Amino acid sequence: MTGKRLKTGSDFTWKDIEVGNIVKEAGNAALRRTGDWRSQRPILDKGKCNKCGLCWLHCPDAAIKPLEDGFYEIDLFYCKGCGICANVCPKDAITMIEEEEK
Amino acid sequence: MKENFIKFGKNLVTTEEFLAEGHTFCTGCGEALALRLACKALGRNVMIANATGCTEVCTSPLPVTSWRVPWIHTLFENVAATASGIEAGLKILVQKAKVPEKEIRCAAVAGDGGTADIGMQALSGAFERNHDFLYLCFDNEAYMNTGIQRSGATPYGASTTTAPAGKLSIGQTTWKKNMPEIAVAHNIPYVATACPSYPFDLMNKVKKGGEVKGPAYVHIFSPCPTGWRHATDLAIEIGRLAVETGIFPLYEVENGRYRLNVARPKLKPVEEYLKTQGRFRHLLAEEIAKIQVHVDEEYAKLKAKVACFTA
Amino acid sequence: MSKRVGLEASHAAAEAARMADVDVIAAYPITPQTHIPERLAEMVADGELTAAYIPVESEHSAMSACLGAVAVGARTFTATAGPGLEYMHNVLYVASAMRLPVVMTVANRALSAPLSIWGDHSDAMAVRDTGWIQVFCQNSQEAFDMTLWAFRVGEDPSVLLPVMVHFDGFHLTHVTEPVILPEQEEVDRFLPKFHYPYALDPDKPMTLGAFAPPDIYSETKIAQEVATRKSKAVAIQGFKELGDVFGRHYHAIEPYKTEGAKTLLLTMGSFGETAKTVIDTKRNKGESVGLINLRLWRPFPFEELRQAAKGARTLIVFDRCISFGGPGGPVASEVKSALYNEKERSRVVSFIGGLGGRDMSAKDFEYVIDRGRQIAETGSEELFEAVGIRGEVTGIRG
Repeated sequence: MTGKRLKTGSDFTWKDIEVGNIVKEAGNAALRRTGDWRSQRPILDKGKCNKCGLCWLHCPDAAIKPLEDGFYEIDLFYCKGCGICANVCPKDAITMIEEEEK
Repeated sequence: MKENFIKFGKNLVTTEEFLAEGHTFCTGCGEALALRLACKALGRNVMIANATGCTEVCTSPLPVTSWRVPWIHTLFENVAATASGIEAGLKILVQKAKVPEKEIRCAAVAGDGGTADIGMQALSGAFERNHDFLYLCFDNEAYMNTGIQRSGATPYGASTTTAPAGKLSIGQTTWKKNMPEIAVAHNIPYVATACPSYPFDLMNKVKKGGEVKGPAYVHIFSPCPTGWRHATDLAIEIGRLAVETGIFPLYEVENGRYRLNVARPKLKPVEEYLKTQGRFRHLLAEEIAKIQVHVDEEYAKLKAKVACFTA
Repeated sequence: MSKRVGLEASHAAAEAARMADVDVIAAYPITPQTHIPERLAEMVADGELTAAYIPVESEHSAMSACLGAVAVGARTFTATAGPGLEYMHNVLYVASAMRLPVVMTVANRALSAPLSIWGDHSDAMAVRDTGWIQVFCQNSQEAFDMTLWAFRVGEDPSVLLPVMVHFDGFHLTHVTEPVILPEQEEVDRFLPKFHYPYALDPDKPMTLGAFAPPDIYSETKIAQEVATRKSKAVAIQGFKELGDVFGRHYHAIEPYKTEGAKTLLLTMGSFGETAKTVIDTKRNKGESVGLINLRLWRPFPFEELRQAAKGARTLIVFDRCISFGGPGGPVASEVKSALYNEKERSRVVSFIGGLGGRDMSAKDFEYVIDRGRQIAETGSEELFEAVGIRGEVTGIRG
């Protein structure tokens, strides 16, 4: 994701637009930092985590990534802070805290 | 069906995201999760036709797209017809050896508006013509994308912007249109209801529906924090309550034979579900009692069908 | 060896679709188009044509299914008429903006209300702005030729636009006329295979039909307009190639005996052939008259029209549709607009007739030319004259 930024309409002259307004770059939405939406953020306590994966499975934004060691990591680039992961975690390993001022 | 999702087996679920991160669905959106899971169940060999609605808008603002699979949107009212053209076109091109034969699913994605209301005609025609496609209805029970206006799938007593609760009204005064039963009435080989609170059941059904020959319909309950007025972390809890109260039973109908996927010895009272959402907060005990009677009746009917036509 | 047969324009169009080896047909029956889907269904049922015939449940779904079919790379055909064309109105704009080349024959029929199954051009005029390439046919031969031409031009990689082939309901759809059918080999020489460069394909996933926020919508429309204008060159090229292969030569504007003519009559569609007999009669009597057949309706052939009208004192335009409360005769208004900036331009006189199946005889066209010349001299308070209306008509002011 480094080096590229999310495209916007204003980047295009009428000549730049693909025929039929087709978008050829599959999944280029992945450049959008939806993490900016957050007003609260999840904190994962690895000590309590049992690697069940329910947080990863239930994230509407695919903002939780599986790690090699079987634990999970929250991707703050995308996380909107909904709190579903904290809600479904059977071990209360995730808590939501207020998003700090940048 | 080769893979079995009945056991808790997260390792069988692909880590690939066919719906890219960075979409603009609301914080905590039930539909976004349901869609993400459905995409995992469909895999990469799929062509998706999408009606106008929350999914379409949150995933495709030119020049950005969330889609990592082939995807087409034309209009709001016609996704089943567009999907019919894709399915028939693909079939004939293979038959005429103009494209190589590949296993590709044709899927249609729409909301409750694009399915039960404006899209109903096209859907009925596509079912009758027996196209080999999977239709996924993501039901958030109103025209959410345009601002929470009522649809034929809005439940009795819910407040929406075009059927608001007020001094003279309780909001929606009609009962929710039963889309799964309408699908069953078309004699298609596979109909199911699903909910993202039961993710393996949902993925199981989407996969099954995709593999079935002929039309398949999966009706997916999609809690909406914005429109239903609940906290952003509650979509999964609310979806579970919908199933446990009998408001949204999880069942399958395979070639007209019914199977209840989640059966409880006793349903929870509907009030437990209704009180979680701001769209119902105006309802008095009398109305809640009416809803309870209706839900009990419908659930009894469903159980009778299961007993009569067991899968 | 090409053969000469008697065919209704409907069957001629169906035969063209068959010879073009169309892949998908999604159509809904509506008078007077019915002979087209019926003939095609027959061909598929008998194995004369290998195609997916989708018996959709409405015209709206017909065009929607066509879009899906083109999107996977299928050569796609449909047909409709009158209210059916209107029922798919929403989808027509989508077809052109998404650059999905469907070919559709339109059996021109009056729009309701009141309901009329009979022919006029109100259906065609309602879809002027939809961004489709559009041509009008005068006879069954043209219905055949223009359908093949439509695939050639619409599917051209530099065009990728949907095409409408208009021909008159009942007057052509249900009338048997002589048609020369070419050899399949000739058709294959004229018409290359269809390749849609943006076909839905899991190996190359693309997003078709994204919505456009205000910061980009305008640019998409300009791009579409430029592409539509550019398609005219390919349309003309298509006519040329058709002429080279089949020996029948078509043009955007077809002057008929216009040399030195002081008065010209402009028509679109089959009524022009009736009018031509009147031109013949009058010229034999030494009258300075001629006819312009407007074939290419969209993109509009501005240059060719101005060229054809040069030197004519009077240009009578015959419309088969009323544009209520506004331009009156739609074709007349577009002709006026095309001639507006000319330093010397003909006086355009507007006649409307042939509505809802009302026939125009040779006598009627005689009247139109004579009366048109008169109006050009004396002027008129009325925006247009309606031919053959019982009861005096006044108060239609331009």
